[in-house]
Amino acid sequence: MARAAVPGRLSWLVSTLATSRDETASARTLVLDVPGWPGHQAGQHVDVKLTAEDGYSAQRSYSIASAPDGSSLELTVQRIADGEVSPYLTEVLGPGDPLELRGPIGGWFVWPPGSAAPLLLVAGGSGIVPLMSMIRSHTVNKSKVPVRLIYSLRSPADALYAPELSERTVASPLEVTYLYTRTAPTGMPTGRINADIIDTAAWPPSDKPAVFICGPTGFVEAAAGLLVAAGHDPAAIKTERFGPTS
Amino acid sequence: MSVISRGFSGRRRGGEKLPPGQYLETGFPVLSAGPTPPVQTATWQFTITTETGEQQRWDWQQFMSLPAEQITTDIHCVTKWSKLGTHWRGVSLDTLLQDVQTSAGYVMARSYGGYTTNLPLPDLRDGKAWVAYEYEGQPLHPEHGGPARLLVPHLYLWKSAKWVTGLDLMTHDRRGFWEQLGYHDYGDPWREQRYQGD
Repeated sequence: MARAAVPGRLSWLVSTLATSRDETASARTLVLDVPGWPGHQAGQHVDVKLTAEDGYSAQRSYSIASAPDGSSLELTVQRIADGEVSPYLTEVLGPGDPLELRGPIGGWFVWPPGSAAPLLLVAGGSGIVPLMSMIRSHTVNKSKVPVRLIYSLRSPADALYAPELSERTVASPLEVTYLYTRTAPTGMPTGRINADIIDTAAWPPSDKPAVFICGPTGFVEAAAGLLVAAGHDPAAIKTERFGPTS
Repeated sequence: MSVISRGFSGRRRGGEKLPPGQYLETGFPVLSAGPTPPVQTATWQFTITTETGEQQRWDWQQFMSLPAEQITTDIHCVTKWSKLGTHWRGVSLDTLLQDVQTSAGYVMARSYGGYTTNLPLPDLRDGKAWVAYEYEGQPLHPEHGGPARLLVPHLYLWKSAKWVTGLDLMTHDRRGFWEQLGYHDYGDPWREQRYQGD
């Protein structure tokens, strides 16, 4: 039974794992049914709580990957080898199991579907997750705003949502630029985000894009610094930084 | 009553020094809402403005000539990580507020880049808060709020405004950046006051 929401309060809700799918060798998407879910905006996250039999509990935050869709919610969890919560979520939690969560949390790093500005999304590694929620919301809301995604990752094997992104570039006004930092597909260079890539793959500052950057701290600092140096308004750049969430 | 997560036992590092729902972190994660603002000590200013509009202002040179303290403290971020026994150097708010005449009960901290956060004024007094400019013996790195940030370690770390440039003393409480977006007005980690209503 879901508890009744207390107005003005973020109550813990008991969700149920409906199904899950592996995105890469170390990332898994959890499809949760959350009775009482109040809905969310693209870019928000949830707090997840695990409780052991003796009452010990651990909490972590995870970005929402799905577009708002009733009581259904998708989280994509990157497994950290020596982590406390992510191994449980990616290896132990099974269909029908309960999972406590509360949210949505965070009202800053959000994309409102009515926004008229071109959208520039810059992802480092699993920082793609909240940006994927924006891309999916863009489709659900039939937004005509053009979207550019710059997606930096270690190797092609680490790519989340690659087939879906590929399909969406055909169906939606979406362009995706992949950057590979360690291993690239044959014929492509490896390298980190730099001014040349910003110059060719980002919207120019004169287009006044809404910018969302999410990834590890070093990546976000670099990407935000390059965009500001290229002339983008710092106030139009929203960031979300994370270390690995164990 | 919590739901038991079948098969979960947990790692349990940190023990009693960790507030509820927190885990032990050994790195120093960064959380900011936008690009790191470039703040130069040559133009840096710190201003305390009272409820009647009176101002006290320090430039970097004046600020560095104030008596400083070594601080060893645990820090707790609302995103669930805690770090134990961190070392800072900074100027106590008791020193900065010494000559300020006020009957205000609240403070809005303001930062370069536009960030704000609200706190009760008593939480900044009696050796509980500093404007810090060194971390682990080094000048405070820009991504951690350098050249100087507020340090109020008994509250969640979003209250310790990075790149702080002023305190506005207020007769009535108003909400800052994260507080307007649903985060708690006070933010005591030991009472797990993460969000409004907690």
